[in-house]
Amino acid sequence: MNRERTFATMDGNEAVARVAYKLSEVIAIYPITPSSAMGEWSDEWAAASQPNLWGTVPKVVEMQSEAGAAGAVHGALQAGSLTTTFTASQGLLLMIPNMYKIAGELTPTVFHVAARSLATQALSIFGDHSDVMATRATGWALLASASVQEAHDFALIAQAATLASRVPFLHFFDGFRTSHEINKIQLLDDADLKAMIDDELIAAHRVRALSPEHPVVRGTAHNPDTYFQARETVNPFYVACPGIVQQTMDKFAQITGRQYRLYEYYGAPDAERVIVLMGSGCETVQETVDALNARGERVGVLKVRLFHPFVAKSFIEAIPSTVKGIAVLDRTKEPGSIGEPLYMNCVTAIHEERFCCPSVIGGRYGLSSKEFTPAMVKAVFDNLAQEQPKNHFTVGIHDDVSGSSLDYDPAFSIEPDDTVRAVFYGLGSDGTVGANKNSIKIIGENTPNYAQGYFVIDSKKSGSMTVSHLRFGPNPIRAPYLIDKANFVACHQPGFLERYDVLQEAAPEGVFLLNSTYDQIDVWDHMPQRVQEQLISKRLRFFVIDASKVARASGMSGRINTVMQVCFFAISGVLPRSEAIAAIKASIEKTYAKKGEEVIAMNLKAVDNALDNLYEVRVPQQVTSSQSLLSPVPEYAPAFVRDVLGKMIARQGDLLPVSAIPIDGTYPSGTSQYEKRNLAEEIPVWDPEICIQCGKCAFVCPHAVIRIKAVEPAALVDVPASFKTVPARDIEWKDMQYTIQVSPEDCTGCGICVDVCPAKNKLALNLKALNLKPQAPIREQERANWEYFLRLPETDRGNIKVSSIRQQQVQQPLFEFSGACSGCGETPYIKLITQLFGDHTIIANATGCSSIYGGNLPTTPYTHNAQGRGPAWANSLFEDNAEFGFGIRVALDKQAEEARELVQLLAEDIGAELVNALLSADQRDEAGIYVQRERVALLKEKLAQLDTPEARRLTSFADTLVKRDVWIVGGDGWAYDIGFGGLDHVLASGRNVNVLVLDTEVYSNTGGQMSKSTPRGAVAKYAAGGKATAKKDLGLIAMSYGNVYVARVAMGARDEQTLRAFLEAEAYDGPSLIIAYSHCIAHGINMQTALKNHKAAVDSGQWLLYRYNPERAEQGENPLALDSRTPKLPLKDYLHMENRFRMLEMSKPEAAAVLFEEAQQDVNTRWALYEYLASRTISNGKEH
Amino acid sequence: MELNTTYLGLQLRSPLVASASPLSERIDNIKRLEDAGAGAIVLYSLFEEQLRQEEQSLYHHLSANTDSHVEATSYFPKPWEFRVNSQGYLEHIRKAKSAVDLPIIASLNGTTPGNWVKFAKEIEQAGADALELNLYSLPTDIETPGAQIEQNDIDIVSAVCAAIQIPVAVKLSPFFSNMANMAKRFDTAGARGLVLFNRFYQPDIDLDTLEVRPNVLLSTPQAMRLPLRWIAILYGHVSLDFAATSGVHSGSDAMKLILAGANVTMMASALLKQGIDYVRTVERELLSWMERYEYESVAQVRGALSQIHCADPSAFERAQYMRALTNYPMGIAP
Repeated sequence: MNRERTFATMDGNEAVARVAYKLSEVIAIYPITPSSAMGEWSDEWAAASQPNLWGTVPKVVEMQSEAGAAGAVHGALQAGSLTTTFTASQGLLLMIPNMYKIAGELTPTVFHVAARSLATQALSIFGDHSDVMATRATGWALLASASVQEAHDFALIAQAATLASRVPFLHFFDGFRTSHEINKIQLLDDADLKAMIDDELIAAHRVRALSPEHPVVRGTAHNPDTYFQARETVNPFYVACPGIVQQTMDKFAQITGRQYRLYEYYGAPDAERVIVLMGSGCETVQETVDALNARGERVGVLKVRLFHPFVAKSFIEAIPSTVKGIAVLDRTKEPGSIGEPLYMNCVTAIHEERFCCPSVIGGRYGLSSKEFTPAMVKAVFDNLAQEQPKNHFTVGIHDDVSGSSLDYDPAFSIEPDDTVRAVFYGLGSDGTVGANKNSIKIIGENTPNYAQGYFVIDSKKSGSMTVSHLRFGPNPIRAPYLIDKANFVACHQPGFLERYDVLQEAAPEGVFLLNSTYDQIDVWDHMPQRVQEQLISKRLRFFVIDASKVARASGMSGRINTVMQVCFFAISGVLPRSEAIAAIKASIEKTYAKKGEEVIAMNLKAVDNALDNLYEVRVPQQVTSSQSLLSPVPEYAPAFVRDVLGKMIARQGDLLPVSAIPIDGTYPSGTSQYEKRNLAEEIPVWDPEICIQCGKCAFVCPHAVIRIKAVEPAALVDVPASFKTVPARDIEWKDMQYTIQVSPEDCTGCGICVDVCPAKNKLALNLKALNLKPQAPIREQERANWEYFLRLPETDRGNIKVSSIRQQQVQQPLFEFSGACSGCGETPYIKLITQLFGDHTIIANATGCSSIYGGNLPTTPYTHNAQGRGPAWANSLFEDNAEFGFGIRVALDKQAEEARELVQLLAEDIGAELVNALLSADQRDEAGIYVQRERVALLKEKLAQLDTPEARRLTSFADTLVKRDVWIVGGDGWAYDIGFGGLDHVLASGRNVNVLVLDTEVYSNTGGQMSKSTPRGAVAKYAAGGKATAKKDLGLIAMSYGNVYVARVAMGARDEQTLRAFLEAEAYDGPSLIIAYSHCIAHGINMQTALKNHKAAVDSGQWLLYRYNPERAEQGENPLALDSRTPKLPLKDYLHMENRFRMLEMSKPEAAAVLFEEAQQDVNTRWALYEYLASRTISNGKEH
Repeated sequence: MELNTTYLGLQLRSPLVASASPLSERIDNIKRLEDAGAGAIVLYSLFEEQLRQEEQSLYHHLSANTDSHVEATSYFPKPWEFRVNSQGYLEHIRKAKSAVDLPIIASLNGTTPGNWVKFAKEIEQAGADALELNLYSLPTDIETPGAQIEQNDIDIVSAVCAAIQIPVAVKLSPFFSNMANMAKRFDTAGARGLVLFNRFYQPDIDLDTLEVRPNVLLSTPQAMRLPLRWIAILYGHVSLDFAATSGVHSGSDAMKLILAGANVTMMASALLKQGIDYVRTVERELLSWMERYEYESVAQVRGALSQIHCADPSAFERAQYMRALTNYPMGIAP
């Protein structure tokens, strides 16, 4: 068609969602990385009343899980609507049961999947085909797209083909590599969509729908006589399907000019070696094929688009007859299989079609977004050229265990000369990625150039490093791998220079831009040796700007994005300077038009200021620095931390061989202490003269960097000069010395401790007992103090009154220095568990923020005490955490039961006194547990003397005679939504488990999607128009069982109530549930003063504090103790403190007025209900 | 009896006007004020500083933490239109105008020179009958002389008056070296009326938390003495209309101010405390006083006891101490 085509830059998720939205009437969504954005786009477009292809706004519904979404899709399809969903990984697994149903009923639909790894020995959010390959048996067509353009196109082709074939389609593309890569694509418009979608086929779909007007029965139960035959009825549809897909692709080609084939060969017509694969890797192989053929080789690539239904004939026909060797690459692993799925299909096809006689080998690549580069492609071709090529190989790793891996030459590169390649190092918080996305838009949409962007962001939630990889050039960019020969390198954070080799990717004669507080004269003397060397040896041009200063002067403190973006355009030469600056300014006006003139003015000012402050540095001829890169972990770290985790920290994890990695996903605890991140510009400094020793600072510290000890004066020997102690104020600690110490290199500088500190300096009321001061000048001194502090003995736990925060907070946290956000509202609760009960606790952790900051490599925060005891932690899944914890509890109970039986059985050998003591031990407090541990040690000694099977058996679980707590921890997405069914069952079980719900009122980990915990009126993703319904009252539901301990807490409102609830929950011999108000960056608040939000939430009645203790009911007392006072703060005053509510007022004031009014009514009715419940006279059911 | 009056060239049915307060944030309140007999309504102020802060806060929260974590590139939905500029306020003017017949006076508190004029034009286009410029700031810069601050205020008023056709009133604080001279200069600058006086937020100290807590104190009846004095003094010396605000809590307060020369008396604190229907009570008191003293119209009352019309003109200029010393006729031997 000769119509003018629109080009745009976007990522794969948006490219797919645009088409899927247009072609759907019902969209059921649920967040899961990396597919969440497709649902977000759909919800936002629907909230903005954007119509689909037929002029109506699709209904977008969020479900409680992917299983729920699949069920809703199935239902909507049965009712005759065009329906879709988006998912990945575990989400896709949860859809499998319905996928069988949908396919069995020959129902047309498309699921769009951003293909992702599955959780096995570890979870990974990154891309491969493991999830898609797990659906092979469902009867769905599996259609693979390999690039952002293809993902856009195949979203349409899949929908057209499913309607025509009645076979449901799973359209997949590589998670992150395609879903998150930004590329310039030609957009499909409504006319294209209309031309491709046949309304008669839609009508036929409707005719098949359930309707009482022409009723049918579907979903019957068959018996052995007919089930088999029924399964075979569908065969003709699968036979027809590939032809329909090809016809659809041909029609698409007529309309758009882009021709696709089921099995698409590219390369030498007389190729001898061919690689077969699916997904984004096809692009890399295609480019490499060009490069190798240009050197005289004869190679090719066969891109598999339609994996199922697989057509052997078409597949074989696509392969040149000259081929001698075929390597089939699978981006998945099926341990124990004879080969991975694509390989198996290929082998079978060759066999069935009697294709003579290439050798076929299979290999694995790219698992969990492992890089797949031209160098690796070349290695595969080289392998094929061997007389005896390695089969079942891997490429991209070093497998020194099984010897599967192919060697490759990392220096091999095929990057074309006409492409500008730029790499930017930034911090998550500095806006680098956002600015780069904007640059891609400017170039991609304002010039004929093509543009590509891919962003590597590490998985720490605070202080995360971002590396942006941008390519620009005159030809379409097919390079789905990271840049290793950059013409332009920018380092937006000068601190990276001493930790990472940031110029490693710089190509000779390139440009290096550094944000530095040093000017063009002084900066050289502050460069590490490695940087100086490369500046000289690679003959790089070197520019410097003090971007923070420029940003500050422009009113944009902390956001250096615009400044650095201007510098990039000014010196990279990607566009003429004046043209680029004009484009940036135009883009600023457009981007921020919705956000106000003030923001536009600030950014425009930053543009001009940037140009005035950018300087070129004259690079000397000689290296003058002797400063080497900092070691990622200290020398004294354990070997595993140094040799394995340290490599990951240093961004060298790709180089670790297979043998370095634990075989079963088991890692040592207590490793976060070795990763000193030095994130805080300012850290709290203790003023002992002012301090009232209340312990609140340590209580609220999200990263456990504020520690307290009370020690005997005699312990204070060789005290560093600046180490501070004062006499302890507590009567019980008379004559002891009290100290508070901050870990300067682990603090993230959130300042919550300073905000909560109640002690003020009487002479200057702006000062407290903790005050933030710049970290750099005191780093060394405080590091020494911290190390000294750690060496001081822990306060005797028997001498700590745990019911009072001021004493309890000297307990050692066994959860420290996590990767959680600075100021996190969840981690203090977890830390509290580990302080109180950590040495006898097992934690079952639902997937989510708490599993990521709790268990994401390189280093993890759960640790152990000096005796080696501490929380044992595991994450199973998102949906099953309550059941997982329950299983642990049941097993422990069973083991303890059998241990007791065996103790009795062996009573004569053990001795009556010890037997009685073991079996009647009172372990309600620390002292009781301590004594029981001594007894168990004694028991083991005695058992060691006995050489009987019973004695050996008892030895293996004698430890379960010591009290074990099971804590089941997760967020509201788990507890209120996906895991609620299981949680409900576990609470009803009566088992002694403790459940902690870290309630942020959204799915925080995936970016703030609505859960059933989201309060009315809050804006969240998937609730772009403000949540219209009230928050689910999980506590009330749990209370209805009568035998569940339930507490709602908010540490910033009443910390003593929080502590009390944790103690009571743990002490209660039955299920307990604590719902903890957890402030979150997804609320849009000032994190430093977040505890004021707790207080306002409680004072307004939005968040009620209470403790429901069934033990009180047994005494005939009312079990519900309402710990909140009558709400006195108008709810609006609280809502106005948080952007999640404010932004509704600023965008939809009329809707906000109604929802806020209703929210106030929620508060009023809830208070009335709870007041009534708490004041009832209770019968314990015993009297009549 | 004629209650009607004129203010800024507008015909009002009553001199009782609702001054800028949160009451006017809701259209149903505006309707109730009309039903209760208010002569006009001054809408709550369009605060440029607040708009700027809201813009910045929104920008901060929507951009903070974006692209910081691999699983969450943002934490809020994306394509939103925000009413962070004057849009919401202008919409409110339009709604108020279509909801009631009585004059709607918009109120504007700017911070940047260009935006005073820009917002004033937008307000005019939105249909406001008049504009009250709320010169509401507390100069604290130790280097800035008073004369410069005064000139800034005059410049703002001149620029706005030159830019729009609807009448402009200026709401002031009393803290000028010479209030009378300032009044004359505002007159020359093009203002049609003065609103006397503004009430600032005042800091307070919380002795329990040891924190400073600024808040606004609702006016007490005593507060009306200050506008009373200045309206009486200025009446007849400038061609400006006067609105008395601060401390109007009863019909007698209103009457005193009209006697001093006010065209209208504005109420906020009294209505916030007593409710909107309190306008009716004040009106009844007004009428009953006029009846008792046989005044036919508000026009007759207005200025009857201003400085130029009162028996002892110096009474308005005296301070308490002087008043005590000279509480009997001067120059007459005992």
